[in-house]
Order: sequence, then structure tokens, then C-alpha cells
Amino acid sequence: MSDRGTLRIQQISAHPGPVAGEGAQRQDKVCKLIDTTTCIGCKACEVACVEWNDMPFQTTYFDNTYQTMPDTDWNYWNLIKFNEDQHDDGSFAWLMRKHQCMHCEDPGCLRACPADGAIVQYSNGIVDFQQENCIGCQFCVSGCPFNIPKFNPNTKKVYKCTLCSDRVGAGLEPACIKACPTGCLHFGTKDDMKFLAENRASQLREVSGFQNAGVYDPDTIGGTHVIYVLHDATKPERYGNLPAKPRIPLSFTVWKDIFKPIGLFGAMLGFVGVVMHYVFEGPRREQPTPPVVRIDPPPPPAGKEN
Amino acid sequence: MATSADRFVHRPNAIDRLGRTVIYTGELLRHPVYTRFLHWMVGIFFFLALLSGFGIYLPWIFRFFTPLFGGGATTRFLHPWFGLAFVFFFALQAINWLQVMRWTPEDSRWMKHIKQYVTRSDSVESPETGFFNAGQKMQFWEIVWGCVAYVITGVIMWLPEIFGRILVAISYVIHDISALIMLFGIFFHVYLSTFGEPGTIQAMTRGTVSEGWAWTHHPAWYKAVTGRDPAEALAEAKRRNTPSPQPPRTL
Repeated sequence: MSDRGTLRIQQISAHPGPVAGEGAQRQDKVCKLIDTTTCIGCKACEVACVEWNDMPFQTTYFDNTYQTMPDTDWNYWNLIKFNEDQHDDGSFAWLMRKHQCMHCEDPGCLRACPADGAIVQYSNGIVDFQQENCIGCQFCVSGCPFNIPKFNPNTKKVYKCTLCSDRVGAGLEPACIKACPTGCLHFGTKDDMKFLAENRASQLREVSGFQNAGVYDPDTIGGTHVIYVLHDATKPERYGNLPAKPRIPLSFTVWKDIFKPIGLFGAMLGFVGVVMHYVFEGPRREQPTPPVVRIDPPPPPAGKEN
Repeated sequence: MATSADRFVHRPNAIDRLGRTVIYTGELLRHPVYTRFLHWMVGIFFFLALLSGFGIYLPWIFRFFTPLFGGGATTRFLHPWFGLAFVFFFALQAINWLQVMRWTPEDSRWMKHIKQYVTRSDSVESPETGFFNAGQKMQFWEIVWGCVAYVITGVIMWLPEIFGRILVAISYVIHDISALIMLFGIFFHVYLSTFGEPGTIQAMTRGTVSEGWAWTHHPAWYKAVTGRDPAEALAEAKRRNTPSPQPPRTL
């Protein structure tokens, strides 16, 4: 789902050997900034995402909130989560958060993936699924701390937000950014977005009275290429289960990278063991073993001494 | 003592009736047709599940296994079904062998003297060794519990939308460990039934073993099915086998 011509690859899932083209070209890290404090919940980004990616629209249903559907889906990668949040003093706030792939610097989906080339990370930080290589095991779903990859039971493939890698590769901003009417979405290099976000957060703290305002860019997964400005960065969970400390399960890091090869080596010691046993101890033959019949070489022909 | 041989000779089922076991002079029935059928079905599906699993276990080493099954997606599709078939046939085998696989005090004694078994310091097994020795029983029970782990963790990984990502991540490790233990064990199983103890594999192909094999490897079973003392039988065979002085060899 990408334009490989202009995007350099940095990491490939389950790939033996080096990554072709790695480090061949300098690329700026890109980042999407979402300022939740200026989001009005208009869902223009949801529509733009469905439009640009040309996905079949699906039936939505009303469950007493303004949210389009309970969660993102294989053909619905961008969803505004609406959360009514009660403050300690009893007042309410309506928290809206654009929920999509966070494009982690250390992606749990890519670490968990056992299919060569099904998940790639570009040098600019975008994490992208290559459905033609996907085997449909859904380990990426288990590896993702944000519950982003979604399985299509018909195609047996997993889909998610591409950060419009096709547009970014061509020098355009993602479709959601282009559609946003309030300017709460920004796109640029990670450094620029981080600067912008910190400025906005300090403005919120100093001018608007949100003492806990801050930037969400969790370092437990090496930072993300989608960052938030939150009214209260100390409790990101209030924005619809945004984890304060997202983590990749140890199964896909310590077990997969270190103990899997060691475990296989240990199991293969069984093979070494039986070969050594055959060489050093030999088989146990049924008793009594057949008697050994000694065959002497024929005596040398007579008359040929010395 | 009940042996699987006793039970099947007297109560053959439909699969037993599909084939036959010819017992030549000097041989004993070891495994009837049904047992052999189950064994090879378990074996086939074990290796299919193992090889398809390798491609998913360490894809950067075992990437050449996935094309054998029609590519990554097909391998992923087939692996759970291979595994289920393996567990299904092994479950039938477990029911078939439940009686003879029961752990006994003799087995505990065998385990204490496992060093003698490994180093072959005795030419024949201890006279207490019955239809299966303690090592075989240990492997059997390891596979029983391994299969339980396979099914539970496998179903969790098969239906992640029901069980959630954390259970899948835990199952992933347990499934791997179970497979590694079984892979470790299969080398001993194959070695001991072929090179390690010659004359064994015919028990699973033709279904019979020689009497000499029986009193060497499973003396108590030999005593149970023939009524003869294995040590006496061995001594008699030795007398019979003592080579007579060879006549001068003419060429």
C-alpha cells in the first residue's frame, strides 16, 4: 500500500539479513501532531481517510454517543473517540481524541510479525503493512499496545492506518491533515511537531489554566510518530484508553529475539545427544547377539617364501 | 498383567480388521493394527505440524519450510489443523494405552538406575521392565500434557479477538516451550526405535518383535505373554548359539 520509489525502508518484519537500501538516503522523521484541545469532533478526518483510501463504507450504529462506531475496523482506520470526563470538582469535560495508528518508533506489530516483509518501517518513521506478505496470524494485534491492527476475516489479512504513506512519499500531507477545518492537526518533521506541541502545551498551562497540559509521546516504545497535546497529560487513559505507558509484551521482545534461538539450540542438543550416544555407547542389541564367526584370510600360496 | 497386546488380540476393532499381523515362529505380537495405524497418523501429523510451525517459529532461519505448504498464509492456515489432527490421533492412542502407561513402583526404581540404561552397563533390561519402560512412559505423559498445552494455547492464538492480546502473548511462549520439549524428545524416540535398539521398529511396521528382543528390552512383558522366565530363555538361547568349532574354510 505504498510507493516504494520514494520511501526508504528501515526495518522489515521477520527478514533474514540486512535491509536493502537501509541508510542509503537521509530522510527526515515525519510526525502527525493532534491537538486534542482544539478538536471539535467534526469527523472530517474520518471521512477524508475513508475517501482517500477508497474503502467500502460500513454500517454504523447509534450507541448513545457521538462516536461513529465503538472501535476502528479493517476498513475504518481513523476514529474520533468521544469521552465525557468528570473532573474532581464535579464539572464535566468532553474529551475528543482522533484515534489511529501511532506509528511507534519501536513498533510492537513489527516485532511480533512472523511473515517476511508483511510489516515495514520506513526511514521517515511510518509503519506500513504489506498485505501481500501477510499470513493472517494476527500476532501484530497482540504486539500492538494501542489495539490498532484489524483483521479482515474475508481476506485473512490485517489492515491499519498507513499515515498515507502513498501521499507522504509524493510530498503531500496525510488526508486527515488536509481535511481538518480547525487546524488541530499538523504534519511535518518530528522535531518541528515536537516544538509546536511543547509550545502549545506551555500556552495551555500558562494562559488557559490547564496546569497538567502536556505532550503525549511515550518513550516506553521509543516515542511515536503521532503525538498528542492533551489537556491533562498525567491521565491519558481518560481519552478513551490511551495507555500512559504503552509496552510491547515480553513474548515479542525477550522471548522472540533471545530465548527462541536458544530454545531451538537446546532442543537440537537432543539430536547431538543421540548421535554421541551411538558413537560412545553404541546400541543395545538383543541378547544373545549372533555368534561372531571369524573368517581368516586364506593362507599365502605355497612356494613363494620371502 | 494386562498388556495392550492381550487386549487387542481378543477385542479387535474395525481398524484392526482392516489389516492383519503375521506372527512368525520366534516372534511375539507387540502392536496390533489399530495401535500401528494410530502411531503413524500421530507421526505424520506431528511432523506436518512441526515443519509448518518451524516456518512461523523462526522465519528468518526456516523460511524454506513455508513454500512446502503453499506459502506463508497457507502454512498459517494449515498449521492449526495439522495440530488438531495430531492431538486427535494422539488422544485415541492415549486412551488405547492408558492401562499400560500407568506409572508403577517398578518405574520409579527404573528411573533411579537410568544411568545403567544409558551406559548399557547391563546387557539386558532389569527383569522388572514391562510392556513399556519408565522412559517410554515419561515421554508418553510429556506428550499428553504437551498436547493439553498445545490445545489451550493454540485455540487462544487461533481466536485472538475472543481472548485478547495479553493471553495471546502468554500462549505464544507456552506453545513454543511445549514444541521445544517435544522436539527434544522426538530425537530420542526415533533414535531408540531404530539405531539405538535394533529390531524395535518392526513392532510399529509389522507389529511383531522377536522373542530375543522381548527378553532383552522388556523381560517382564516377555514373562507375562509367554509364561517363561526371561533369564532362563536367554541362557538356553546362549547354549544353542555357542558356535561349534568351525570346519576349515575352503575357497
